Amino acid sequence: MTTRTFGEPILRREDPRLVRGDGRYLDDLGQGAYEVAFLRSPHASARILEIDASAAISVDGLIAIYTYEDLEGRMAERLPLLIPHPSLTAGRTGYSLAKEYVRHVGEAIVMVVASNRYIAEDAVGLIEVSYEIFPPVVGIESARAADHLVHADVSDNISAHMIQEVGDARSEIANSKHQIVLDLEIERSASMPLEGKGVYAVWDSDAKEMRLWSSTQTSTGVRAAVAAKLNLPLQKVECTAPDVGGGFGVKIMHPWPEEVLIPWAAQILNHPVKWTEDRREHFISSAHERQQSHHVEVGFDDDGRIAGLDVTFFHDNGSYTPYGIIVPIITSTQLLGPYKPSSYRVEFTSLYTNTVIVTPYRGAGRPQGVFAMERTIDAIANYLGMSRDKVRDVNFIQPGEMPYDQHLTFQDGRPLIYDSGDYPASMAMLKKMIGWDDFEEYQQLARLSGRKVGIGMACYVEGTGVGPYEGGFVQVETSGRVNVSTGLTSQGQGHQTAFAQIVSEELGVPIEDVFVETGDTRRFAYAVGTFASRAAVMSGNAIALAARSVREKALRIAGDALECDPRDLEIIGGVVQVKGDPTNCIPLKTIAVLSNPLRYAFDESAQAATQFAVGDTSKPPILEGEEPGLESRDYYSPLQSTFASGMHAAIVETDPETAEIKILKYVVVHDCGRLINPMIVEGQIHGGVAQGVGGALYERMEYDENGQLLNASFMDFLMPYATEVPFIETGHLETPSPLNPLGIKGAGEAGVIPGSALLASAIEDAEGFEIRKMPISPSELWQLRIDHQNGLVPTLKIGEKQK
Amino acid sequence: MKPAPFEYVRPRTRAGVLAALAAAGEDGKVLAGGQSLIPLLSMRLASPKVLVDINLVPDFSALKISPTHVEIGPTVRHQELLTSEAVRKAVPLLAQALSYVAHPVIRNRGTSVGSIAHADPSGELTAVLSLLDGVVTIEGQDGTREVTGSDFFLGPLESAINSGEMATRVTFGRLPTTMGTACVEVSRRHGDYALVGVCAAIVLGEDHQIDRARISLFSVGPTPIVIDVSGILKGIRIDSKHWREAARFIASSVDPDGDIHATTAYRKNLVEVLSKRGLQCAYQNALDRVAVKQ
Ligand SMILES: Cc1cc2nc3c(=O)[nH]c(=O)nc-3n(C[C@H](O)[C@H](O)[C@H](O)COP(=O)(O)OP(=O)(O)OC[C@H]3O[C@@H](n4cnc5c(N)ncnc54)[C@H](O)[C@@H]3O)c2cc1C
Repeated sequence: MTTRTFGEPILRREDPRLVRGDGRYLDDLGQGAYEVAFLRSPHASARILEIDASAAISVDGLIAIYTYEDLEGRMAERLPLLIPHPSLTAGRTGYSLAKEYVRHVGEAIVMVVASNRYIAEDAVGLIEVSYEIFPPVVGIESARAADHLVHADVSDNISAHMIQEVGDARSEIANSKHQIVLDLEIERSASMPLEGKGVYAVWDSDAKEMRLWSSTQTSTGVRAAVAAKLNLPLQKVECTAPDVGGGFGVKIMHPWPEEVLIPWAAQILNHPVKWTEDRREHFISSAHERQQSHHVEVGFDDDGRIAGLDVTFFHDNGSYTPYGIIVPIITSTQLLGPYKPSSYRVEFTSLYTNTVIVTPYRGAGRPQGVFAMERTIDAIANYLGMSRDKVRDVNFIQPGEMPYDQHLTFQDGRPLIYDSGDYPASMAMLKKMIGWDDFEEYQQLARLSGRKVGIGMACYVEGTGVGPYEGGFVQVETSGRVNVSTGLTSQGQGHQTAFAQIVSEELGVPIEDVFVETGDTRRFAYAVGTFASRAAVMSGNAIALAARSVREKALRIAGDALECDPRDLEIIGGVVQVKGDPTNCIPLKTIAVLSNPLRYAFDESAQAATQFAVGDTSKPPILEGEEPGLESRDYYSPLQSTFASGMHAAIVETDPETAEIKILKYVVVHDCGRLINPMIVEGQIHGGVAQGVGGALYERMEYDENGQLLNASFMDFLMPYATEVPFIETGHLETPSPLNPLGIKGAGEAGVIPGSALLASAIEDAEGFEIRKMPISPSELWQLRIDHQNGLVPTLKIGEKQK
Repeated sequence: MKPAPFEYVRPRTRAGVLAALAAAGEDGKVLAGGQSLIPLLSMRLASPKVLVDINLVPDFSALKISPTHVEIGPTVRHQELLTSEAVRKAVPLLAQALSYVAHPVIRNRGTSVGSIAHADPSGELTAVLSLLDGVVTIEGQDGTREVTGSDFFLGPLESAINSGEMATRVTFGRLPTTMGTACVEVSRRHGDYALVGVCAAIVLGEDHQIDRARISLFSVGPTPIVIDVSGILKGIRIDSKHWREAARFIASSVDPDGDIHATTAYRKNLVEVLSKRGLQCAYQNALDRVAVKQ
């Protein structure tokens, strides 16, 4: 008997270890290592005049103090610009320790190494730095005005400017029967994993090898970056991602200054060195995302069909651009979602400000694009007095039009072609789940009793599984244990379960026998990393391909042993058997023995494989073209991304007096192709929705005009608690991807994407006036009500009905 | 985020604690539940040289409920006070207010006396002390003083406790059965400090008419603000117009600061809305209590 594993809601195998406290996160490692604290800039824009560390020298337990002046060779050069782009004409990166200038509060200036972190912080407190302070650039307006510059040699504060155009949107809009103009804004939030970054390095001075651990989303990337910076052969650097307490994008950025400084110090000091980021450091020296302002012009006909869409937006990229312009590119290309305007023009300008750098955070530019698109659709519905679902319907790409070419260039430099999806079916399911058609009646009733309720919906399409590639390794040991490894990393996605399900299914082995390792360059050195909802698609398929070739080899060897045609064999429960004759069989572990002819018998199973025990003496023990062992390594490298999609709907209630906003119901319809494990997918969606709700109603980075982050703690940066996250109902649709062997699409980011668009739509419906800016707090909603009463905020048609 | 070096003492007796505090003087700090102090230390916003941990003194954890009073010792946890049925009967406002204080894990450690001693004007219990004229017993090596609610708070995080002293007890009188109370607040997230909060107390006179009505506002000024609206509501039976009038009066007499979470205007609106709701709720509570009594 075999039970299916692929597609089943199998409990996550990693959880018992993690919930019992047996996880090993970065700060659990390296007991006895020296620890590091940084002196970070208290100013947003300044020149460093003098660093006086004399008072710190006498601190008991101090090991070393380093500034930029101490860095040599490649360490003294700028950090790499990871993803160059022709439109990024003024890309700039910083140094691992500030060289003369600091460009945001939190930039590292001095690194202090001590026998522990307490002492390191004591010493930091005694170092005096004098600065020449400049007026900083904070926010999009100030960046555009360019009265002050972030980089002296970038005279307009513009790092990148890019235009993509399909058809002649401007003239199509001009020739349309109706036109609308919208100005929209989204503020900053951040990935904010519970575990911050952290690096631990051990230099082996005998072997001249660097052993490195980083709380990263890409151990291969960190390894390569460190090898380059320290001028070491790649072979002499190994990097492992231990248990990682969340990434959400901020840890795909690399190398962080600390990721090169810590190994550098470990090598110089010839002693293990560790740095664990604290929460304040995470706020002011990691990465943020989301801040954009959009100007939308749209032309459409009486049915709401969009003829032309013209979007111009500004993207705040913070002080440096180490991760290129991936975020605004994604915004500009994924903005279209499931819709097919006849023409589209998008132009963005990426701007420097004296704030923390901006790199992808779960959703990576999509929430902003979806906000722009969905607000536009709702505005069209309001203008025409049409129902919001109808306007969506007439603009949907139909299933029969797949694959659908949007004629844009995506973030991977490849054409943006949707592979599959059924948007009308998703919409039908969504409306049913939320009770869309009955809502108006409920709303009327609620209004009679003085309550304000509103309903909203938002749709998105997400390009997932971007290349270039991932690999998978599958190996059957002679004990029957199946080892699986892949190079990308895990931060809670359940890879040890999902990848094991794939192997269990493909190879026909019990899932209990399958053991998955990720994110360790010693196990698998070729990899890209975990981001862009790509792990299941990329590594999942690579592992499936590797499992398939292990299967093929097993059947071949079994065919020889059982003297039958491999095509007549099947593998069930880890045993190869003749179809229809289960007694005629051979376990995989025996095949593993047979696959590896041995000279030495070190245990019982090895004995069975020694030279006098196996083999046809007329042939070499390993046939030409064969390799010893029952194992295989394979890679998956797709031509393009695969496009998942989804739609969310919510009902909110706003308090007529306090303007508090409560989510009464939240439903998700999600299509990520074939599901490996629906429970894991739902977990991903739940986490994403929590972040979506956070981004829409709670979180924002409050910078003042001096570039000080006013809320750099969990007291004032309001991430939603479980009490703020609604119960989430999920409906799954499975439109397989034709692009990959497993037919799957990514699911990691989906939940977060439509949050702001959705809640703006629902709040607008409850209030009867326009919402153009997210996040929104009760204080702001209350002010909008007053502005609306004073005629400063336009009334919607639904609002006129309410009068 | 590691505290600066400090000396740590953990006496086992009241006398030991008082001696340690006296010896440390300005450099000493009481460590009770640590839920406010430890974050301050970790962020180096406070760096006392000596921490005097009071948790090992056995009689500090006493919670005494007598026919006339509730006496709270300095290591009684929020959670114990919140869940004590006897306290709920004697001083319902304590439980009403405590249900808004933080989350269970924090309430399991944080102390109610510590919360009052900390004098954070956003703390619910500061408003309770002021409204009910609770009494704080302050002890030092040189003697004992008793300070009443209205005189206890001097400013944000500033109280009548001098260096070398500590609060050894907070006492509330049992509420008369003609008194109804309520605590209402608006916070950004469940368990957060309030944007604005209101504790209200209404005493009924003859014929269920209002005899006395007072509210105490927290998160509105540097210390809890007590406002008496008996003048507006005295002798009045339920009528929404008067609730609104009282609430408007209250809102017009305060000028809360704006911050990143809420503007001054919004906070003023909350003061009005919550005062109205708090008074109505306290009135209902008074009616219920009188009804139970009868
Ligand atoms: C996430 C979070 C949310 C919270 N939310 C709320 C909330 O909504 N409302 C609220 O009211 N509180 C809230 N708190 C604070 C909590 O109630 C604290 O427990 C309380 O404020 C202080 O009590 P403590 O025993 O922890 O005091 P400690 O942290 O030990 O001490 C706080 C200060 O008071 C002094 N102190 C303590 N006891 C005495 C004493 N007996 N005599 C003299 N001085 C003393 C200390 O020296 C120190 O200066 C929150 C805390 C956290 C961490």
